[in-house]
Amino acid sequence: MSDTQVTDAHGEAIDDDKRDFIFIATGAAAAAGAVSLGWPLVAQMGKAADTLAAGSIEIDISKIAEGQQLKMLWRGAPVFVRHRTPKEIAEAENTDISKCPDPQTDSERLVAKPDGTIDPRYLVMVGVCTHFGCIPVGESGDYDGWYCPCHASHYDTSGRIRKGPAPRNMAIPDYTYISDTVIKVG
Amino acid sequence: MSGHPSTYEPKYGATKWLDQRLPIIRMGADFMTFPSPRNLNYWYTFGGILTLCLVSQIITGIILAMHYVPHTELAFESVQRIRRDVPFGWLLQPMHAVGASMFFFAVYVHMFRGLYYGSYKAPREVLWIIGCLIYLVMMATGFLGYTLPWGQMSFWGATVITGFFGAVPVVGESLQQWLLGGYAVDNATLNRFFALHYLLPFVIAGLVGVHVWALHHVGQNNPIGITPKTKKDTLSFHPYYTVKDAFAVVVFLLIFAFFLFYQPDALGHADNYIEADALKTPPHIVPEWYFLPFYAILRAVPDKLAGILLMLGAIAVLFVLPWLDTSKVRSMRFRPVARGFFWIFLFFCFILGWCGAETPDNMVPFLSVGDKGLNFTWLSRIATFYYFAYFVIILPILGLVEKPKDRPESITKAILGDSSHGAAAPAE
Repeated sequence: MSDTQVTDAHGEAIDDDKRDFIFIATGAAAAAGAVSLGWPLVAQMGKAADTLAAGSIEIDISKIAEGQQLKMLWRGAPVFVRHRTPKEIAEAENTDISKCPDPQTDSERLVAKPDGTIDPRYLVMVGVCTHFGCIPVGESGDYDGWYCPCHASHYDTSGRIRKGPAPRNMAIPDYTYISDTVIKVG
Repeated sequence: MSGHPSTYEPKYGATKWLDQRLPIIRMGADFMTFPSPRNLNYWYTFGGILTLCLVSQIITGIILAMHYVPHTELAFESVQRIRRDVPFGWLLQPMHAVGASMFFFAVYVHMFRGLYYGSYKAPREVLWIIGCLIYLVMMATGFLGYTLPWGQMSFWGATVITGFFGAVPVVGESLQQWLLGGYAVDNATLNRFFALHYLLPFVIAGLVGVHVWALHHVGQNNPIGITPKTKKDTLSFHPYYTVKDAFAVVVFLLIFAFFLFYQPDALGHADNYIEADALKTPPHIVPEWYFLPFYAILRAVPDKLAGILLMLGAIAVLFVLPWLDTSKVRSMRFRPVARGFFWIFLFFCFILGWCGAETPDNMVPFLSVGDKGLNFTWLSRIATFYYFAYFVIILPILGLVEKPKDRPESITKAILGDSSHGAAAPAE
């Protein structure tokens, strides 16, 4: 407090501490209000409950012939289920992954059946290019796998990125074998 | 709003009464009498043309919103219904779609005019930056609007562009899904894009207000870049430039009308007349023509994040241009060396547009034989290099080493020579 007494319009002494308290309390309340109201305004843009709930599909893979690919819509994106030929499986397994931009062995990209065995014939993945989300075309590209026409990304028969601007391998969705021939995605 | 002394005198009791309470008529009158450099050429009419474009887009847009349905099941058909069944929908929908192209055409002329005549230099830096902001919001609005017809290009364009956000380290995927409102582009995305596409034009209108405010505070630049010194150097905005602008608008509308009535779909892409299909990517995704140069810059880099950063950098560099160009001389008329580099820059902007429309692995005609020579990826790399070099190497260095030509003392002397006594000047 200064030496000279500061007074208000009524001639009463002004209590600076009281003013500071009111300023800080009001400011704090306004900040808390802005944050607590701001969050719902931002969060409403996220995935709605029904979007989250529409989460899983079941696929009978026994109906897919060798060399055939099934395309299913899952969470607004296509899921590829490919019944690979022996040649494709051999190519996928005999790749020197140390040269891959996103190294993963073929078996790391497959899911075991309930009895613990892995069936290398069926490759299940999200058919979305990891570059900008286009859908790659099957049985094409420099590695016999998939080719994305948008910006020329080449994927091999395991869905691994080999050449082009895409940063990662095509994603493997969460899926399980609920029987020998039926998988559940999501 | 304007920096010149007001000459408005209210004549009637009612206007005197209003002038004391809200000087709105005074504001309009001052606007119309704003002293403008007497040597403005037709490149300076695009501000007026752009205002018309914005108004036209807002009016036709509000009308379209009355008939359009922002739902994935109905959007495509509702646009077709507007074109076929709604009274005069055949006119109003293309007016909006072609209008977007005309808007971008005009804004590019306006921006290159600013580059050529040094309109971004002191004291017009803020004016320029607000203009860059307007362009940025225009790009967002154009992209959002192109999604709404829900054709194949709409859908996959939206997928690619929102994919940019997925490249952000760590939070990318969450950020992308937050923007989409789901795992992929879907109904939630279409709905919010519609809401934002309706909002942003009004943001642009607000920014245009600030742009014009800044313009009237610092005054217009002109083709020789010499600041008006006396009253003889300027003319009243009305009638001299209202008439000039109106004539330019008529010519502009002739070109607009040609596309509208004879080639309403020429500027769009045929694939957008196929309804969006989440399971099938078109073989060749291209953005609208006005984004092609930036698309080429994006694809020039083999890395996802680097490509996006470079593309954003191509726009960001415009914001700092006033501080990159070290030359004190505004107009390129007096900078013969810089002028040469400017025309090369314009040439490479067109080259980038060409690259953006082509498949990256294809070979460039005339510059390749068979599969030997230059492909479009390398051509876009060369053009991208020049694009950035122009701003961050050429303009900064040139301003220090270039010897500009002698500049006239004033605008009037530039027009009439030394013998000017105002004899040929129009009556004030």
